[in-house]
Order: sequence, then C-alpha cells, then structure tokens
Amino acid sequence: MPERQLITGNEAAAEGAIAGGCRYFFGYPITPQNRIPEYMSEHLPPIGGVYIQAESEVAAINMVYGAAATGAWAMTTSSSPGISLMQEGLSYMIGAELPCVLVNMARGGPGLGNIAPAQSDYWLATRGAGHGDGRCLTFAPFSVQEIYDLVGQAFPIAQKYRNPVMILADAVLASMREPCALRDRLDPPEEKPSWAVGGDQKGRQRNIVNSLWTDPPVMEEVNLRIQQRYREAAQNETRWTEHGADDPEILVCAYGISARICQTAIEHAAEAGVACRLIRPISLFPFPTEVIADWAQRVDKVLVVELSMGQFIEDVRLAVAGACPVELFGRTGGMLVTPEEVAERIIEIA
Amino acid sequence: MAETKLAESVYKRPESLTDVQMRYCPGCTHGIAHRLVAEVLDELGLKERTVAIATVGCSVYAYEYFDTDAVQAAHGRGPAVATGIKRCQPDTIVFTYQGDGDLAAIGLAEVMHAATRAENFTVIFVNNAVFGMTQGQMAPTTLMGQKTTTTPQGRSVEQGGYPLNICELLAQIPGVAYLARETMTSPKRIRQAKRSLKKAFQAQAAGLGFSLVELVSSCPTWWHMKPLEALQWIEDVMLEQYPLKVFVDKLAEGQ
Ligand SMILES: Cc1ncc(C[n+]2csc(CCOP(=O)(O)OP(=O)(O)O)c2C)c(N)n1
Ligand code: SF4
Ligand SMILES: [Mg+2]
Repeated sequence: MPERQLITGNEAAAEGAIAGGCRYFFGYPITPQNRIPEYMSEHLPPIGGVYIQAESEVAAINMVYGAAATGAWAMTTSSSPGISLMQEGLSYMIGAELPCVLVNMARGGPGLGNIAPAQSDYWLATRGAGHGDGRCLTFAPFSVQEIYDLVGQAFPIAQKYRNPVMILADAVLASMREPCALRDRLDPPEEKPSWAVGGDQKGRQRNIVNSLWTDPPVMEEVNLRIQQRYREAAQNETRWTEHGADDPEILVCAYGISARICQTAIEHAAEAGVACRLIRPISLFPFPTEVIADWAQRVDKVLVVELSMGQFIEDVRLAVAGACPVELFGRTGGMLVTPEEVAERIIEIA
Repeated sequence: MAETKLAESVYKRPESLTDVQMRYCPGCTHGIAHRLVAEVLDELGLKERTVAIATVGCSVYAYEYFDTDAVQAAHGRGPAVATGIKRCQPDTIVFTYQGDGDLAAIGLAEVMHAATRAENFTVIFVNNAVFGMTQGQMAPTTLMGQKTTTTPQGRSVEQGGYPLNICELLAQIPGVAYLARETMTSPKRIRQAKRSLKKAFQAQAAGLGFSLVELVSSCPTWWHMKPLEALQWIEDVMLEQYPLKVFVDKLAEGQ
C-alpha cells in the first residue's frame, strides 16, 4: 500500500534499500550521510537483518564483499572521502563478479574538503572502481523520491550484471526533505545464486569467489565477459529524462541536483527568448550517448552544468562528437549554481 | 583360513585438501599448516559447511588447496570479508589463512576489530617473519637484527622499529575465545599445533567468538637456509621473541 511521507534523501536511500530487499548493511559514519547508517541500525535488526559499523570504509566494502559472496543483498553508503577508500574493494568485487549497491552522498573536495554539495566525484563514480578494467554501473537521482526508487531498483540490477551499482547523489539531496511514496518492503529472494559460497555444500560442486587470474588469456576472458555485461546494461539500463523546447537553440545537459536547478533555469531562458532543451542523464554509466548525439545535430550549442570543473562534460563531449560547441558552466568546492546564473549563461552563449 | 590383509592405509590426504600440487617452496611450513587445518576440518566433520578465505601472500592460492567453498580476499582484508560472510551465514564455518605481512602490516586494523567485535570465525596466522611472496622484505614480525631484502644490515629500531607480537596484543581483547601460538618444528610440536587448531574451530562451532592460532613458520627461501636449519632457527631464535603459549581458551573455562 503506497504511503506518502516527508523524509530526507538519506532516509529515502535507507528505506529504499530495505524496500528493495536489502537486509545487510556495513558502513562507517561520514557527513552528510550519517542518517543512513543510523536508520539501518534501527530498522534492520528487527526484521532479521544485520547492521555492522565497520572500523573503516576499507573494512566496510570488504564486509560487503564477503556478504555478497554468500548471495546476500548487501550495501554500504558513504560520502566522497569514504568512497575513495572503497576503491580497492570495488575493484575486487568487479573482478570476482560480485553484486552490491553503494550510495555516495558526495561532498566538496579534494582532500577532506567540506560537507557541502558537489558533483566532483563524477570521474570516481563512472571511471573509478579502483584499478583494472572495470566500472560501477552508476545512477544519479535528482529528488528524494528518485533516490528511494533507484536505490531499491539497484539491487536486482547489481545481481543481474554481477557488478557493483553506485547511486551518486550529493549533500543537498542527502539532507533535503520531500514527500516520498513508500512501497511495502520486499523480501530478498530465498534462492541463492548458483555461484554463492557457504551454507550446506553437500551434493554440489564447491564454489570459489576469486579475482586472481595469473594467466593473461584467462584474465582477458574474464574482462571481456565483464565488458559484455556492460554492453547489455547499455541496452537495458540507459535512462534519462528530457524536456523543454522541441526546436531548441541550446541543449542543456545536467544530472542530479544541477539538473533540478536547470529545470527552472531553462524556463527563465525561455522567458528571455532563448529556447532550450534539458537532457538529464539518470544513468551515468551506461551513459545516454545516443540521445545527446541526436540533439547535438539540431542545436547551435550545448551547455553543460555541473558542480565540478569539467568532469561530466567529457561524456557529453564524447556524445556530441564535435557536432557543435560544448560550453561548461561549473562551480566547485561545494558551491551551488542558481537558476538565474544558469539562465544568464544560457543567454550569454546563445 | 584367516584373511590376509594386504595393505592398510595409515596415512592419506585429508578429504578437505584437493589433489593438486601446492606451489610452496621445498621445506616451507605452509604445506604442513594446510594439512593440519584440513585434518581438523575432516575430524570435526566441517568440510561441507566451511568457507576458506585465502588472502595475499604465498598462500594466495589456498582456495585451490582447501576442498571447500572459498573466497579470495584483498591484502589484509580477510577478517572483514570473513565478517561479511559470517554475519550473513552464522552456521557456516569460516576461516582466514593469513601471513604476517597480510595480518600484522596492512591488515592489522581488520583483524583487531574483528576480535573486538567478537566475530565468530577462526584466523590461521602464519608468521614467518618476512614477506615471502614479494621476495623476503621486512615484515612487522621480523626480528631485531634479522637480515631481509629491505633490512640488508639487519632490522634496526631506527629503520624498522620493533617486532610486533600479535597474540600478546589480542590476548587483552575480551572478544577472543581461543588464542594460541604454536609451531611445526617437530612431530610433537605439530601434534600440539593441531590440538590448538582443533580447539579454535571447536570454539567457533560452539559460537564462543573470535579464535586465532599463530603458527611460527619457516621461509627457508628468503631466510637463505636449508629447511632443517630454518626449523632450528625457529627453535633457537624465533621462539624467544614469539614464545609458544595458549593465551586464551574459553572452551576450557566453560568445562
Ligand atoms: C594492496 C597490496 N599491496 C601489496 C601487495 C604485494 N604483496 C603481495 S604478498 C605481500 C606480502 C605477503 O607477506 P605475508 O603476508 O607475510 O605472506 P607470506 O608470503 O610470507 O606467506 C605483499 C606486500 C598486494 N598484493 N596488494
Ligand atoms: S617464499 Fe617462503 S613462505 Fe613462500 S613458499 Fe617459499 S618458503 Fe614458503
Ligand atoms: Mg610472511
């Protein structure tokens, strides 16, 4: 029975995970996402789940690795500095073809930075996942409701592609409060995947979860299998929204919180006589390349708005492939853009 | 007429070990340690509900040798991975197999905190006082004055600080249910080591908490010794820094 509640993005991430079937949480506190582990510590044990406060993010992601190896639906959450520490574990999970869900409520950096909203973990989220040839499947919500929905949906996606899925949001989305329609909590599936370790091993072959392949041809085969899954994910999981003028001069590309600001900005620009269309990628990897490539043929210019100094723009440029000029409007270090500033920039370049 | 017994098997490969050739150097005690763990799993009837966790070091291929479900973990992270498995499946028997570089250097936080949380799994800690796999560099457990490839003049306080005694550290932690230091330098010592390993797994099976058995081990290759000399060096030198002892035994206390 859907029920609407006024909750924060952090609470939406936590409850969305539980509703999606997650019962195992391992994490280490860091602002601005502390409400997630707090919520999990309160809500998981009563329903037979497990909450463990790890000694570090390094340990947390490795606990998730162990949990995932048993076929459990496990997650961790953190914010930028903690996500840096999880890179090793993510690389091992990708190599061992293990699913998990992690949430990054990104904050200003580099270094200890600050606890203000930032999108400067774009590369970390879409290119990262540590060393090697793997990546996280990455989704970027722009509202409390979308955090709730995407976190829940991320679990079956992670299982299907046997790969970590990252939900990339930021300090504003983490702490803002919005009405959110909550679903009943799903139970995780009872049947374990065939590759899972543990339990009663009688009458089956032993299972090994491993990312060590010393023979390069074998390692290449594993990597090609992983790449094949990414191609399938590109077919099935590429998501975006678009709206605005049907015959625009300017295409605006933004994701997450900046896309939300751009919604108002393109209305201001329209009032000033500049027709814009806004494309908001929801999946960052796989990236909605084709739709951006299509529109790039039909506009004069593309404006990329991001809370970083030119990370997301690289994927947009790859999609535009030189079809028209691509301009950046970025703020960094925890600074937000305003709709007025974005509108001004649109008018300036039009 | 009485039947003649042609042959009676008195010694064979434990069921919990696979029939593959191990990659260890001749005379290395990793092989004995594997066999002892496997014998204990057989004798306690745990083979079909055990997950072995191989870590990073010469024993990285342990998942090929133990004939159970297995997970290979990142360097030092075995106890965190074990925590994840055990918390999801409390009835599964879980053990990590870690060298001194893996456990006492890069993985010190993970093992300490697993013990403080009284995680109910078993750690097999193979202390050979060097990083064997990476060609014999100094480990936290390297003895004072010991020559390694990164302490060519011998370990000095200025350069490498002091040896780290893991059991003595862990002995203070209430979450520890069984804790012992053993070695494998003679048949007698090997039998004693096996008794401790068995108790560690029994403590886990009884749900008593964290258990660890340190095995003072040899690395003839990087100690530049013949296998027997290496065993003698353990007796003469290493055991002075790392005395054999049962530090904690909650099984005995419970009796
Ligand atoms: C993150 C990381 N750092 C370094 C290494 C390289 N490395 C592999 S094994 C090892 C040391 C192993 O020593 P120990 O744990 O004592 O095991 P042994 O080989 O002596 O049995 C190191 C440093 C690695 N694999 N991963
Ligand atoms: S290098 Fe040392 S620890 Fe490694 S297998 Fe050889 S003797 Fe054993
Ligand atoms: Mg060693």
